[in-house]
Amino acid sequence: MILSRRSIILSGLAASAAGALPRFAYAAAGTPKRLVFVIQRGAADGLATVAPTGDPAFAAARRALADESVGGTKLDAMFTLHPALAASATLFGAKQAHFAHAVATAYRDRSHFDGQNMLEGGGSRPYGRDDGWVGRLLTLLPAAEREALAIAPAVPLALRGPVQAGTYAPSRLPQADADLVARLTAMYADDALLRPLWESAVKTQELAGDIGGNNGRNGAELGKLAASLMLPKDGARVMMVETGGWDTHSGQRGRLAAQLRGLDQLIGALQAGLGAAWNDTLVIVATEFGRTVEVNGTGGTDHGTASAAMLLGGRLAAGGEVSADWPGLSAAARHEGRDLKPTRSLESVIAGAVAHHYALDPKRVMATLYPDA
Amino acid sequence: MAVQYLAANRFGLGRRWDDPAIADPQAWLMRQLGDYDPAPAALTGLAGREAIAAAYVDYRENRQAMRREANDAAMSAEEKGMGPELRRLSRSAIRRHYVDAAAARLSAAIATPSPFPERLVHFWGNHFAVSADKQTVIGFVGNYENEAIRPHIMGKFADLLIAAVKHPAMLLYLDQAQSFGPDSPFATRVRDRGRRQTPGLNENLAREILELHTLGVRGGYAQADVTAFAKALTGLTVAGLGRGAGQRLMPADARPGETVFIAPLHEPGAQTILGSSYDQPGERQAEAVLRDLAVHPATARHVATKLARHFTGDEPPAALVDRLADSFEESGGDLPALYRTLIASPEPWAGPTMFKSPWDWSVSMMRALKLPAPGERQNVPAMFAQLGQPVWRPGSPKGYDDLVATWAGSAALMQRVELASRIAGRLGGRVDARQLAPLILADALTPDTSQAIARADSPGQGLAMLFASPAFLRR
Repeated sequence: MILSRRSIILSGLAASAAGALPRFAYAAAGTPKRLVFVIQRGAADGLATVAPTGDPAFAAARRALADESVGGTKLDAMFTLHPALAASATLFGAKQAHFAHAVATAYRDRSHFDGQNMLEGGGSRPYGRDDGWVGRLLTLLPAAEREALAIAPAVPLALRGPVQAGTYAPSRLPQADADLVARLTAMYADDALLRPLWESAVKTQELAGDIGGNNGRNGAELGKLAASLMLPKDGARVMMVETGGWDTHSGQRGRLAAQLRGLDQLIGALQAGLGAAWNDTLVIVATEFGRTVEVNGTGGTDHGTASAAMLLGGRLAAGGEVSADWPGLSAAARHEGRDLKPTRSLESVIAGAVAHHYALDPKRVMATLYPDA
Repeated sequence: MAVQYLAANRFGLGRRWDDPAIADPQAWLMRQLGDYDPAPAALTGLAGREAIAAAYVDYRENRQAMRREANDAAMSAEEKGMGPELRRLSRSAIRRHYVDAAAARLSAAIATPSPFPERLVHFWGNHFAVSADKQTVIGFVGNYENEAIRPHIMGKFADLLIAAVKHPAMLLYLDQAQSFGPDSPFATRVRDRGRRQTPGLNENLAREILELHTLGVRGGYAQADVTAFAKALTGLTVAGLGRGAGQRLMPADARPGETVFIAPLHEPGAQTILGSSYDQPGERQAEAVLRDLAVHPATARHVATKLARHFTGDEPPAALVDRLADSFEESGGDLPALYRTLIASPEPWAGPTMFKSPWDWSVSMMRALKLPAPGERQNVPAMFAQLGQPVWRPGSPKGYDDLVATWAGSAALMQRVELASRIAGRLGGRVDARQLAPLILADALTPDTSQAIARADSPGQGLAMLFASPAFLRR
């Protein structure tokens, strides 16, 4: 398919893209590749998911939560996977899982909504873009791999762009309309009264479904549903799955275990549901930012900075490894004295994984997914 | 200035989509003053005071019976179990009157072709607020607005004040029904018998009339004025509801749920209030005080300030308050004279800057869509309670205020968006928000809002955005 001038204009990139048009080249056609982006809304605690148990400061900083990792799989000398992530541990052993630690987007404040906007939009500041990195990625893919779908009532920001993405919302999922919320955010942007009211309202609203419920089975159902929508010949090739409930300010031990169990079952159900197609699938699990190194007074953790991202699939570049330029957890090594310091950009992790998965030029992928970087 | 939008929303209750365009806003409002119907069709069929009183009496008797049964060892568990069920039934009868009246109020607001006077009904009902918090009051609150407020909003302030004060809902809400003259014939008799507890004065109604209804807080009255006024008000009570003294002295022909004056409960003698002596006999004493309070300069200023705030915002312009207070004093508290001053003044035509209350916002949305009157299964009070403004239940005699900060909360905003979204979702593609927006927002429609609605990804989303737009949230 040739990208028409009209669709470029629609993308809002007419001026910059028009000159680049003749150089556009699509990924080589082969077996259809599949991509799943699982967003963890609410700031998932990377330090509990992939615990740096080998860091000398870990046990002291995490105090009562330090033993969250007990019984988990030792990934290497430094990291232990949370025990609720059993299926993911098996994938890691089979070199089908990779964890990237101490990563963060360019966002350095601690607002969920702004942080999610950056994670999805891929801009260099909140509300800097009205399309998303997945949406822009679609323009690099051959027509057969462009069919995109979100399990959500409306198209999430990450999937927006020149190629129309679909949505699928089973009625049992909450009908929180993230798209309307985003549109109203723009509508209220210049309103001195409504803007702060709305920002605060949105922060407190649960935006996505609860995968941790029902002893993880909700996550399994979501994974099964996603796989069933991706398996058919004319099914979706790019999928976005929303998960919420990661904002563990209190009672983190039980809540996070339930969340991770749900996520693990989601991944397990995706793998099982996709069957042979799993070999040509990349799953990216990422959150807007991490949580504090220290445990707070209510058995939880507060909004932080760097976290961990998960890559899963049949043909990873570095399966069975944890990648991290580990900054350390001592007070002096932390970001602003409290958070895990980001030592690598989440954007580069995502772009690198996507480029490898689709066999695309990493520079072009980076420039397309994160044009403002 | 968005004069059409202001006429429809600040003065009115929002435009219905097929209403003719408001060509001359001031003439449109003036005309409504003459067209006002104090008994709109939507209110017919509501229960009268006697039925409301009967529902309360049933409730109270069931409750008493239940207490007796609980102490009756001989009664079987099964027989005892009937008590709570009966009580629930009669409680639901009280509530039924409240729910029916609230639904009728909403229907009238959606249907009225004279939204400016209808807004004034809501304004005055809230100025003389009663709150559906007490079991005795809940059933009466709708009847109060319909029978004490509606008939008098186009007359003199004094007549409105007297009708409000003397309605059973007000007498019960502010404890007047249980207030007895300390030297009344009845109290004297009780005292002579050597009873330790003698019935006495309750100052609640007298104080709130002075503080909230007429002069205003710090309106130049002292505690002695409150006490004397409370004594003047004694004797006013409600038939068929209370227990004890008042009921035994009730005239035989008094119908339950009606206001009655019982002379033996009234404090004898002259009372001095704000420097004037009132020596009228019986019921006429309080009425004379009320008539003087109603035309007092402090009352003129208090009412002018509240009216000006309702039609301009948190800080009403001093010039408008002065002008309204002058109209009030010159006309002897003639309310239509105030309304005419308001319409002709420049200050209310700047904006929209006020944040609609949950009631105003919901009514204007339903009018825009011309939604049918709420049906049996729609719980109108629950909807407004959820939005943060329960109908006729402000929780205090002060009523709801007209300040932006009261209504502009973040959770409140999210609830409006959710309600708009739900209603819009139900209407689906049947309404085109792009066509509706210029009708409803009229001259307050900005290019930004228009564009945002046009870019919505579905008709339902466009409609939700119209009702959540910065302009529509305001008046």
